[in-house]
This record gives sequence, C-alpha cells and structure tokens, in this order.
Amino acid sequence: MFDLAAAAVEGALAAGARYADARAMRSAYESMSAKNGDIEDLTQRESVGVGVRALVGSSWGFFAVPDPSDRAAGQAGERATEIARASATVPGAPVDLAEVEVRQDSWANECREDPLSVPLTEKGDLLAGVTGTMHAAGIPIAEAAYQVWDTAKWLVSSEGHRIDQHIRECGCSSSATAVGERETQRRSYPGIRGQYGTRGWELVREIDLPAHAARIAEEALALLSAPRCPPGETDLILGSEQVALQIHESVGHAVELDRILGWEAAYAGTSWLDLAQLGSLRFGSDLMTITADATLPGALGSFGYDDEGTPAHPVDIVRNGIWTGVLSGRDSAAIAELPCGGMMRADGYARLPMVRMTNVGLLPGPHSLAEMIEATDDGILMDTNRSWSIDDQRLNFQFGCEVGWEIKNGRRRRMLRNPTYTGIGPRFWGSMDMLGGPDEWVFWGTPNCGKGQPGQVGHTGHPAVPARFRGVRVGVR
Amino acid sequence: MTHDAAGMPVLTGVADQVLELVGRVAGSGAEADVHVSGGETGLTRFAASFVHQNVAERYARVRVRVVLDGRWATASVNRTDPEALDRLVRSAVAAARLRPVDPQYPGLAPSAPAVTTGNWDEATATASPEDRVAVVREFVAAVGGLTAAGYVQTLGEAAEYCNTLGHRLTGRRTAATVDGIARTTESDGVGRHSSVRLGDLSGAEIGAVAAAKARAAAEPTELPPGEYEVVLEPSCVANLLGFLALHGFNGRAVVEGRSFVELGTPQFDASVRLVDDPTDALSAALPYDAEGTPHNRLDLVVGGVTSAVTHDRRTAKAAGGRSTGHAVPGGERLGAVAADLRLPTGAGGSSHDLAGRVGRGLLISDFWYTRILDPRTTVVTGLTRNGVWLVEDGTVTRPVRNLRFTQSYLDALAPGAVLGIGSDTGVLGDSWFDSVTVVPSLHLARWRFTGGAAG
Repeated sequence: MFDLAAAAVEGALAAGARYADARAMRSAYESMSAKNGDIEDLTQRESVGVGVRALVGSSWGFFAVPDPSDRAAGQAGERATEIARASATVPGAPVDLAEVEVRQDSWANECREDPLSVPLTEKGDLLAGVTGTMHAAGIPIAEAAYQVWDTAKWLVSSEGHRIDQHIRECGCSSSATAVGERETQRRSYPGIRGQYGTRGWELVREIDLPAHAARIAEEALALLSAPRCPPGETDLILGSEQVALQIHESVGHAVELDRILGWEAAYAGTSWLDLAQLGSLRFGSDLMTITADATLPGALGSFGYDDEGTPAHPVDIVRNGIWTGVLSGRDSAAIAELPCGGMMRADGYARLPMVRMTNVGLLPGPHSLAEMIEATDDGILMDTNRSWSIDDQRLNFQFGCEVGWEIKNGRRRRMLRNPTYTGIGPRFWGSMDMLGGPDEWVFWGTPNCGKGQPGQVGHTGHPAVPARFRGVRVGVR
Repeated sequence: MTHDAAGMPVLTGVADQVLELVGRVAGSGAEADVHVSGGETGLTRFAASFVHQNVAERYARVRVRVVLDGRWATASVNRTDPEALDRLVRSAVAAARLRPVDPQYPGLAPSAPAVTTGNWDEATATASPEDRVAVVREFVAAVGGLTAAGYVQTLGEAAEYCNTLGHRLTGRRTAATVDGIARTTESDGVGRHSSVRLGDLSGAEIGAVAAAKARAAAEPTELPPGEYEVVLEPSCVANLLGFLALHGFNGRAVVEGRSFVELGTPQFDASVRLVDDPTDALSAALPYDAEGTPHNRLDLVVGGVTSAVTHDRRTAKAAGGRSTGHAVPGGERLGAVAADLRLPTGAGGSSHDLAGRVGRGLLISDFWYTRILDPRTTVVTGLTRNGVWLVEDGTVTRPVRNLRFTQSYLDALAPGAVLGIGSDTGVLGDSWFDSVTVVPSLHLARWRFTGGAAG
C-alpha cells in the first residue's frame, strides 16, 4: 500500500505540484442494532482506496479513487494537481506549510480483544438481551447498538513521510424511549451516543449494557409523570457526559483554527475567538484547564500521527481559565504563525484532511459529585444529553438533558423532566466553581461529529468530570 | 474498474454477478437484493474570497442484502472486481446465517416499473474543476468587495437495483448546487440554489443576492425575545418541513406512536398542501428507493388535512399497508423519510411582498443548528442566521441580531397560523438525503423567540 500512495505522490509532483501527500487506506466497519429483543440491522462495509492532495502555489487540489492500480494511483495524483491548478485561478495569500519533523514509523492502538473476531452470535445475544429486558419492563421503544471500525492507513508525502497506522475503535449504546400522551421521554446508557474509544471489545464488556437496562427503563417511564423542569436561574450541576458535550460544542469547535480564520464561515461557521487575544482572554474560571491530547490511551480521539504525519502530542487549550491554544494543521498554523497542532484528520481515503478535535477535555479538579450536591442549597442536577444547539460563532448555546433532579439543601430530591439550560460560553465557563476529581474522570467518545463539505464524520474524545455552574438560566422551553 | 467516456464507472453485469454468487454460496433458496452505483462528484469550496478546498472523487458502491429463511444481513464494498464481490457475498451470507430470524422481515420488493429514469445532464456529469471554479469566480466578483464563502458542487451517478424476485431497475442522476454567503464585518447574507444542471446556476446572480442581503443586514440591533409574526424565506421553510417529514410523516414514527400524525384530521392550515415528489423535473433522486421500490409522488397534506404517511416495506408491514417508496439507507433505524418535499407556491409574491402585510414581525433568511426537543410535539430549538430584519407596518425597518427560538414546528403551521404563501421558489439541495426541496416563503402568525444569540 505504501507503493500506491507513493505512486500517487509521484503523479502529483510530475504534474507540477510543489508538495503532495497521499493516504492509501483499507477500512472495515461493522454495526448491529436491536429493538425490543430483535436484531434490526447488521451491516458490514469494506473500502479500499487512495486519496491524494496536491499543492500548486498556495492552492490545494484533492482527488480520490477506489482500489487503484499503481498506474491509476499515479493518474489520481495528476488529477489532484489539475484541480489545484484550477483552484490557483482564485488564489489566497501565499502560504508555506508549518514545519514538522519528518518521520518513517508504524503505530497501532492497544486492542486486547479484536472486535471483528467476537462472534456475531455473541454480539447479537448482547443487544437482543438488553433490549428484551427494557421492553419487558414496559418500554415500547427499546434500542441498543454497537459499532466497530478497523482502519489501516499508509501515508506518504513528498517531504519523506512514510507512516502506517492500524487503528481499531468500537463502542456501544442503549436507550429506552417511553411514549406518553403528549410527549416522549428517553433514558440512555452510557450516554446519548453511547460510549466509544480506540480500544478493543473489552470496552464493550466494561460498559456492561445489561447491568443498566432495568434502571434506564424504569427512569424513562418515571420521567413521563415527573414534574417539568421549572424555568428560572439556578445553580446547575452537570454529569460528566453532559460536560463532555458542553466542551465539544462550546470549546472544541470554537478553538478550531480553520473556523477562526473564516475557512468554515459559510457552513459550520466561525468563532467568537480573536487570535489577537490568544494568551490573555479569560475563557472560564480558574478551575478550567482544557487540553487537546491525542496521546491519551484508549480515548476516541487518539492516534499516533495525524493525516499530515504530525506526531500526536498534547496541546494546552485553556490553562487556569485563560485561552492558550488552538486546534490546527500545517497550513492554518503557518498562516496564524503558531506551532502545528497535528489535528488534521479525514473521514476515509476519499475525504480531504481537515482540522478536527482530538481528545479535547477538562483536566480533573478537586471536588466530587457528592460534594457538589452537598454544597448546593437550591439547584438542579442534569445528566445525559438529549438536544444540542449552538450559534455559528459557538457562543450562545441551549442544551437539553434526558433527566434532571431537584437539589434542595444539599440533597438530591425529585426527578424533573425536559430539563434544558442556556447560556453564553465564556460567562458559563466563568461560573464554574466546583469540578470533579480524578476518580470521576471519563474519556467520553463522540463518534458522529459532523464538519466540512462534502460532509465528514469525525471521531473525537472528551475527557470530562461532573461540574457545578452558578446562576444558570434553566427550563427554557 | 473500467469507466466509460464520461468517466462513469462501468457497472454493467456487476449486480448479476452478485446475485449469481449468492446462489452459488448460499443455495438457490436464498433471497437477495443488490444495489450498484458509481459516479464522480466534485466540490469546490471557497472562503475569504479564495478557493481553499477543491476535491473530486470517483466512486463505486455495491451493497448486497442476503436473506436466509428470515435471517438477513447487508454488506457493502467499494470495489467491483470478482475477488471483492466474492468476499462481499461470503461475508453477507456468513453474517445472515449467524443472526436470529427477523420476525418483522417484510420481504423483497416485487417487480414494478419506475416512473422515471432519473434526471440527467451530461455537462453536469462531466463538469471539470475549471467549470466549478468559474462559478466561484462569478460569485466572488458579484459580492463587490464583500468577503465570499461557500461551495459549488456537481454530481453524476449511474445505478442499478435487482433482486432474486426478478425485479430490476436502473437509473442515473445529476445534481449541482451553488451555496454561498457574502460577509460584511458584522453581517452575512446567503444565496443558494440547486438544479439538475450546473448550467442553470449563475454564480453572479446567486452572489448578488447574498451581497444584497449582507448589506441590508449590516449594523444590526438587539431585539427582545418574545412571540413575533414572521416571514420565513425558503431555506427556513425547507428546514421546518424536513423536521415534520422525519419526525411526523415517517411511518416508523407513526408505528411507534411518537408521531403527531392523525390521518384525515385538519392538523395544518387549510392553505397548506404538502407533496413529496422525487419524480419531477427538479428532482436529483434515483428512480427508486433504498429497497428498490419505485419512487412516486405522494400527497402528505391536502387542504390542511393530513392525508398520508411515508412507508418503507418494514413500516408498511407493521402498519398493514404498502411501501410508498420512501426507504432510505439506514432506514432500519431512521424509518421512511420524505426527502423531496414540495410546498406549492401561493399568490403572496416575494418574501418582501409577504412582509408588506406584516404588522410587527420579523423577516428571516435562514435557520441554523436546529435540534428537536421532543419529536411528538415537534418542539425545535435553533437560531436565525444570514439575515433577520424587523418589519413594522409592512415596512422592513432595520436588521436585528440573531435570535434563538424554541418553537413547535407543527403549531407554526396549525389551522389559522399560515397568513400567506409566497409565489417565490427556493430549490434547495439536501446533502443528507441527496434530495431537493422546493418551497416558497411563508408568512406565519407567530414564532417563539427565547433569547438573543449574544445573550
């Protein structure tokens, strides 16, 4: 496969590109879903192909072909250069790529139990059993699913990169949806999107869906008759899964350098952040320290090298509440005159690498969830994301959770349905006064982050702990 | 893989090879269906008024579903060589043998003729990067000194479906979209249009629309949240109808009891007629759905009365009806979705003409990041984007800053709530379902804004 990628690069250079890189990839995907005790879907996909990127002047071209011969890979390189030449007729400012160490290496994540080798019958029994339990408990829509990705890729660049990686990822989800007279209520485990990591099937065994099936069924039914989350301003405690979503939407996307530079303006949007304030802007309270760290073992945003060949390394994003870093690739970092972050990844061989979150998450703090509840006289605890919406500058958000609990005088009281909260990013993060500790630190994985045109689905990780925020507007409906 | 003169992958015989392999591997009693598709798509993206991403992809997809006595599995691959097809079939057969019987299995699609062969334009199928960049150049020039960002996309695809019942359909399609914004330092304006033909799309005209909106939206002021009369331009209307289709008219949602739909009931304003039509001249759809059922026109709402829901074979079996040809990829979880929605135009003129009949309200270009809070009531939260203006006594008086709304989409179109339907037409591509929505602007009695985007 290195030879295919090399042929593509040589084709691009021969056609006049001043830089080129190519990724040959072989990918396998498997998913299964069940509903109410029956398997609904079993899908297996395989793909092989080469995607090549060529730089002419300051302009990029990209072309991808499935399963090419050496000759076809070379022609793909030529097509990429032709496309770059067309781009150069509407050029941007001159740009060089940020310098990175050129490596020849191999990398693979730890995978103790190959997910694709676990018998389908065992996987099917797991999902059918979990959904059967919830359905038998009175849930009309009981669903569960798992997904597995097995990706091998070979990167070659005209600068001398020659890196192969084997990345295996998997995870699972379950949900119980109760249908009432006027609305539906849902509880999910372990989270709305499940839980995913760069790990083997041992992750699914650890998640242990069956142990939680009866509980989420009971909670979904109870939500139908629970009182509605009252509107008002109150202290808000978030479970770590919702904190992960809060980080993803209001921090992770906001610090993507391509957004800050306006490259995503028409679709995903821009960012409220101004590079002139990097290093001085207060993003949140002193408790807020966020890193982007692609080296965290088992987290979904981990890898050895990004799709430009930059080695994975941790980058400070917010340190003690001050904005300190961005997510970047070689071209965007060069334009901003910043070190390259190594965050360029593509959704398969046929997509252009773009700036993507790695594992963007909070470092743990000094408190615990129990201490937060005990320290709260009047507030609401919300857990498990249900809806998410944020403006195109990543500033104004409104998020809903599956379940809320009233907190009175330091104790968790009655369940609340339809809990929502809204706020402005830096004000909200500035109100964070309690943060869970290392024992509650979870590397949440988001396997469905959409970005780019044509659309790409990214896998991102979000280390998170429970946290408390003061004076938050809740119950918006 | 071989290609014809237009660069399209030669798919002839691939589906037959797969069915033959299924018989050989699983025996003559096995059922199977095969989708084969291939083509080339290119997308030229621009931002800060220059082309920053420019991609093209040649692709092929082969998807087989094998059914063995009610046990079934699907597998897909992006290759068409004999070794890949053999591996594909063996993988699907092995998986089907291992999974339990599906008691809801609805059977394969029976033979039925297609209404169309798909809309096709040779020049769009073979569009070069230079062709796309030329449209970008027009757009950038048309914004007249403002900053431009957006994309130009072209697609050409040929496809075939066949199954072991002898049902076979072929089709091909082209699609093109220009979608971009013009930006001042504090406002954006949008222009977008889709067509079967790239030649129909003028970067100059679409860019000029975006620039005019951006300039008109400059220097916005804050407006307090609350309930306002609104004029929604076509992009907003397409968003609204898309949610109703996914969460309401979807046969799966109906079967599961989480849809608002009550057939034969006047759930909408009497002026509302809603049709799904993947077969008309504007459509970018193949002639058949993901299960091989031919597409057809379907009236969803007539005179405000809910008249139909969309079904694939599974939801149709559960509901005791017939598939309406709305199976989508991933439908086992998504359900059956109407993605080629048509809301016929009215006599209301342009969005500004509709605004001329507003007492005090808002004229809105676009919605952003809309998410459902409850599917049963279709309460959605989201934000305005790319231009919002206050309308007072029939006059557009000033631009306002973006607002967040939390609104039941069903209630927004309820009896008495639709005050006017425009005679303008937005032809809007949807990349999620590879479909086209065709809608006018709407004048609605009320819309609930719950906050300002700036806090």
